[in-house]
Parts: sequence; structure tokens; C-alpha cells
Amino acid sequence: MSSRNSLPLFAGTTAVLLGLAVVVALLVAPEDANQGVSQRIFYFHVPIALTAYLCFGLGAWKALRLLWVGGERRDVESYTWIHQGTIFGTLTLITGSIWAKASWGVWWSWGSNQLVLFLVLFLFYCAYFMLRFSIDEGARRGRICAVYALFGVALIPASFFAIRLASDFIHPTVFSREGPQMTGTMFGSFLVCWAAITLLAYVMYRTEVVGKRIDASLRELREVLS
Amino acid sequence: MSQGQYVALAYGVVLVFVLLWATIIAAKLSRLESETADLAALAQEREGDG
Repeated sequence: MSSRNSLPLFAGTTAVLLGLAVVVALLVAPEDANQGVSQRIFYFHVPIALTAYLCFGLGAWKALRLLWVGGERRDVESYTWIHQGTIFGTLTLITGSIWAKASWGVWWSWGSNQLVLFLVLFLFYCAYFMLRFSIDEGARRGRICAVYALFGVALIPASFFAIRLASDFIHPTVFSREGPQMTGTMFGSFLVCWAAITLLAYVMYRTEVVGKRIDASLRELREVLS
Repeated sequence: MSQGQYVALAYGVVLVFVLLWATIIAAKLSRLESETADLAALAQEREGDG
């Protein structure tokens, strides 16, 4: 099966895996002794946050490849990964806020370094779109956006490791040096959800890239015909 | 709100986002279909002129 034809297969697998993820997160995983039922938000919130980091990281990687070897398609790929990153970043902030309200009684805590650093990372990449749409289309725009995307990648490890360096511990640390701080069933459920969300991001990315390429081809065709 | 309602809200938000994304992609596909039809008509017109 060719790479182009594999998209429906990936989309179907994602739909099945997402359904399975909801079942294991809500029905199979045992209830947390400390947080109760609200801990079930963890099974979608953490994979969504990790996927957001991954999308921003891949956007930066494509940007690096663009600066290194060139190619207009890498600009589109970098832009699309960053777009996915902002979608999953928005979901991270919303699901995180809901979990915070359920667990801590507040929607947001400015005292938590991880929350604030994630917000900074998210806003940094939101500004990427303002930059992109303020420059005329072409190779110059691609290079400027690639440099900007690369700067943002430095915020990813800072945001990810902030909880381990922070003096306040309002945000829980589930994955420590001793491994995941949860039961085997909980960890298995988490892995299913993580796989489902990562695959969802990949399918969304592939779909958007195909759409953007068709758009570009139609624009070229219109120029030839008119 | 109860803890269960917060869980439902979180999962509901994710579902709404995925559906919203699918709606945007559907709208884009519809636009691309219309543009393709326009270009096909333009190409046929050109062929007729030639």
C-alpha cells in the first residue's frame, strides 16, 4: 500500500483506538485512591500535552530541515505540525484547567511553573501564525518562520522539566526516575490513550498537508489556465 | 459541579474539538471541490476555443 493510500487505514485505526481509549480510561482503569474519579482526566490530558510537545518538536525539526536542505514542502510540513501543536496545546490548557478545578478548586494557578511555562510555549507558537501571515508568501517567509519555530523548541524541555525543578508541587509528577507512579492497569490504559491521541495528531497532520498540497496545485493550475 | 461532571466536561471538550476540526476540513473539501469544478469548466472552455 502506498504512503498516500495509507491515510484512510490510519484514520480507521485512529477511530477504533480512540473508542478503545475512552473505554479503558473511563471503565477499565481503576479509580485513583487520592483524587477519585477526576483522575480519569489524566488519561487524555497527559497524552494530549505530550502530543502537543511532539507536534511543536516535529515542527521545529521540519524547520531545521528546511534551513538545512531547503524545499518548499518542508515549510508546509513545519507549519502544519505547529498548527497541530496549537490545537493540542489548546486542548491541554482546557482539559488541564478542568482537572485543576476538580482537584485543586481553581481553574488556573500562576504559582505552578509547569503551567506558566506551557502557556508561554503555547503563546510563543500562537505568535508564529501572526508572523507567518504578516509576511508575503515565498521562500523568505519560509526561512523566517523556520528560524522562529526553531527558537521555540528550547521552551519544550524547559516546560517539560519545570515540574521537576520547581519548588512548588501543586502539579503532580506521575513519571519519576523510579518509573510511572501508578498501577500496571493504569499505566496500560495510559499507553492506549497515548497511542490513540498520537495517531489522531498524525492523521490530522496528514489530512491537513494533503489539503494544503491540493490547494497549492489548484492555485498553480488556475494561474496556467487564466 | 460533581467530580464526574468535570470528567464528562473534559472528555466532551476533546470530542467537540475533534468534531470542529472535522467540520472545518469538510468545509475545506467542499471549497476544493467547487474550485476543481470551476477549473474543469475553464479548461473545457479553453479546449472549445482552441
